[in-house]
Amino acid sequence: MDCVDFVELVTDFLEGALPDADELRFIEHLAECSGCERYLDQFRQTIAATGELTPDRISPDARQQLLTAFRDWRQQ
Amino acid sequence: MAGARDLPPDEVLVQRLRDGDEETFVLVLDTWSGGMLRLAMSFVSTKASAEEVVQDTWLAVFKGISDFEGRSSLKTWVYRILVNTAKARGTKESRTVPFASLVPEEEGPTVDAERFRPPGEQHAGHWAVDQEPRDWHIPEDHVLRGEVREVIAQALDELPPRLRTVITLRDVAGYGSEEVCSLLEISPGNQRVLLHRARASLRRKLEDYLSGAQDVAVGGDERGLR
Ligand SMILES: [Zn+2]
Repeated sequence: MDCVDFVELVTDFLEGALPDADELRFIEHLAECSGCERYLDQFRQTIAATGELTPDRISPDARQQLLTAFRDWRQQ
Repeated sequence: MAGARDLPPDEVLVQRLRDGDEETFVLVLDTWSGGMLRLAMSFVSTKASAEEVVQDTWLAVFKGISDFEGRSSLKTWVYRILVNTAKARGTKESRTVPFASLVPEEEGPTVDAERFRPPGEQHAGHWAVDQEPRDWHIPEDHVLRGEVREVIAQALDELPPRLRTVITLRDVAGYGSEEVCSLLEISPGNQRVLLHRARASLRRKLEDYLSGAQDVAVGGDERGLR
């Protein structure tokens, strides 16, 4: 396995979706190649940082309208 | 996954919503609407449209909550309504996002081919000189961490819609692979392709930012800003 292949298999590896033989080659390459080891680690850090995103909020107006709609619905 | 731990279990939520408990409604509204907004943005063209999708979804949730059978989690049920509402609206705005098959710009390498040694050269296919990823350091300083989040949020907004949808569900909202496949009606293989492209693109943006940010951080020290 070359680096150029390795970088395309990272998500499959992280998802446990690689066939056994490919996973073995992936790990062999990882153990021998500092560039790819770093690439995999940066992929993990990217995923972690993406998980920290604070979602956007809906506008106060939209929120207020929904609260009003909820109260109307409750009356029925 | 954000906020999930702050919510009572589904049975409790559903019962309270059916009873018209406003406090519970406010809780789920504030916990989920942000993620819903991001997801809706994948299907429609403006934030105003996305906000209307979120509103329509909640109205549909009130109407349907008495029929909710608990076959999926409440949040998945709400997200499913959102995706259907957003798709219907996206069609009207002719920005449909068909998920059945990959489009050409979603194929091809996710890392610039020039970063690898070309075929024919010694060690072809390995990182080229000075092209392997360098050590980076995500700052712990919370102002800089905020900047990192900004970079990622921006990069997310710039992704093609299908990539953005998948990574939003998986890595921002924290859904598992099976749920995302069933929500979007795509195969596990296609889902991984889209997710991988999206992640690779974000890693690249982060790499660009962090290689520049270190200089900025040093500059800040020199000016005594910290
Ligand atoms: Zn390598």
